[in-house]
Amino acid sequence: MTRRPAPARLSPSDVLRVGAAGLRTRPTRVILSALGIAIGIATMIAVIGISSSSREELLRQLDRLGTNMLTVSAGQTLFGEEAKLPVDAAAMVRRVGPVRTAAATGSVEATVRRTDQIPEAVTGGISVQAATVDLLTTLEGRVVKGTWLNAATEQRPAVVLGSKAAERLGITRTGVQVWMGDRWFTVIGILGPMPLAPEIERSALIGFPAAEKHLGFDGHPTTIYERSAEESVEAVRAVLPRTVNPENPEEVNVSRPSDALAARAAAAGAFTNLLLGLGGVALLVGGVGVANTMVISVLERRKEIGLRRSLGATRGQVRVQFLAESLLLSALGGIAGSVLGALATIGYALSRDWPPVVPPWAIGGAIGATLLVGTVAGLYPAMRAARLSPTVALATT
Amino acid sequence: MTEPYVVELRDVTKVYAGNVQALRGVDLAVGGGELLAIVGPSGSGKSTMLHMIGTLDRPTSGTVRIAGHDVADLSDRELSALRAHHLGFVFQRFHLAPGMTALDNVADGLLYTGIPLRARRERAAAALERVRLGHRLGHRPEQLSGGEQQRVAVARAVAGDPPLLLADEPTGNLDSAAGAEVLRVLRDLHAAGTTIAVITHDMEIAGWCPRQVRVRDGRIVADEGSGRRAPAEITIGARE
Repeated sequence: MTRRPAPARLSPSDVLRVGAAGLRTRPTRVILSALGIAIGIATMIAVIGISSSSREELLRQLDRLGTNMLTVSAGQTLFGEEAKLPVDAAAMVRRVGPVRTAAATGSVEATVRRTDQIPEAVTGGISVQAATVDLLTTLEGRVVKGTWLNAATEQRPAVVLGSKAAERLGITRTGVQVWMGDRWFTVIGILGPMPLAPEIERSALIGFPAAEKHLGFDGHPTTIYERSAEESVEAVRAVLPRTVNPENPEEVNVSRPSDALAARAAAAGAFTNLLLGLGGVALLVGGVGVANTMVISVLERRKEIGLRRSLGATRGQVRVQFLAESLLLSALGGIAGSVLGALATIGYALSRDWPPVVPPWAIGGAIGATLLVGTVAGLYPAMRAARLSPTVALATT
Repeated sequence: MTEPYVVELRDVTKVYAGNVQALRGVDLAVGGGELLAIVGPSGSGKSTMLHMIGTLDRPTSGTVRIAGHDVADLSDRELSALRAHHLGFVFQRFHLAPGMTALDNVADGLLYTGIPLRARRERAAAALERVRLGHRLGHRPEQLSGGEQQRVAVARAVAGDPPLLLADEPTGNLDSAAGAEVLRVLRDLHAAGTTIAVITHDMEIAGWCPRQVRVRDGRIVADEGSGRRAPAEITIGARE
């Protein structure tokens, strides 16, 4: 007998052409239903991208500032009173092997005001601190105007203002006088930002000798700043309390300021889950839109389905055609959404002076989600199209 | 053994849901190279015969053989392949894809035959040449007249050189001049050896075919003429 007829396979490029043909004739509808997917994907990419950029910025900051700094501060005594660090605490810390530099600050019971006319209670949140000369090198800070304290000026009524303190006092240049305690001090320098020691930004800093001479300071430091080699930070941390206050080590608090930044970097990724979920919902709605479009498309194109069946398309080939169309539709939305999301990330990051980061896994995930949505949305319409009997399809008016 | 018939219906019945008897025992044999009209008023069962011959539907009982294949033996996939390789359809409403050139419309007729795209386009161009539309390859359906559109549809049906061409009211949507154009194309194809079955209710067109199969109430009531002869002169809308 004659050979049984066997259906030919559609080449991948033919599947693509057939899938695209259905889209080309209805551009408005294609754009609108792809838009749903695009919004979902763009939201997700932007959320991930912006939080990644923010984290990247924090990590870079951390890198720049270093994580090898520890601060030692006085805690409380057993009886709940403010403890004090010994006068020579900074010198003792300097003696610890891996410690490179150490500096001390001590709270001074005084306020800093623009003039003596301003009431004493108006401090502007600025504290007056005595500082050792090596504070600036230990904090790796810099002076934006004027100079830092030196062996001469630490004896004199001279003050260096932290960046916030200068801002609150409205001082933008050196040489002006401020009222501290009951006498005038001359501003000799203004510091730049200190992300690892924000308390210094809000301080007016004077030398230890000047504080003792002019403001009745007792010479006990309240905070010691210390930097050591990165790998021995934990070891140093363990010995610091006993070094600083051998008699009452429990009255000493040791902390690592970079831990706060590291925690913020970790948190930058965490709070985005809600927004990510929102993007997911948008994507889902987009998927429903695609499914809806496809169902309508199948209804409208019964004649075409009938024609294709009469031309020799198998049920499977009709199914593949509509699946391909749905996938193309979603892919279109996915690509547009990825581009939009990446642009939003770049725009936002640049406006914040962050390094723009769009993680490749996010793009990969977006493509995966798009294909999944396209398949799920297209499956039912494609099955309906394939099940249509050719005679019924052709009889449609 | 004699050459097998292109179409062979033996005692074919078709009952639709609701006990509607569309065909009540039809016997028909069509040999290669015939040109015949299946003619009857609406509701006579001629459309059902088209579905049977076109393997778009299966009979309730009886045997349908197309190009030697018993339709009952074939799966839906195999029937699809049979249509792809052995049958060409022309419909009353052309069924051309809007926005696609005549060439691509015809080439898509070969999509399911497994021929690669370039060869499909070459064959499509040749088929359009055969229906005298070689100068309209790049035109879209909306840029063509009704007669031209139907000739594109004919080209799509014959691009793969199927042994059997089924034309369902091919002139039903056309004025007589355009209808005559299409008939001329069918005449040429017949002269070149294609087997053609025209399904129509139009007695004039039926009369033009050398063989007429008259259908009424699901039965063949007359089978006259010889399909191998040349068709009559085209008098309808004659203006050549």
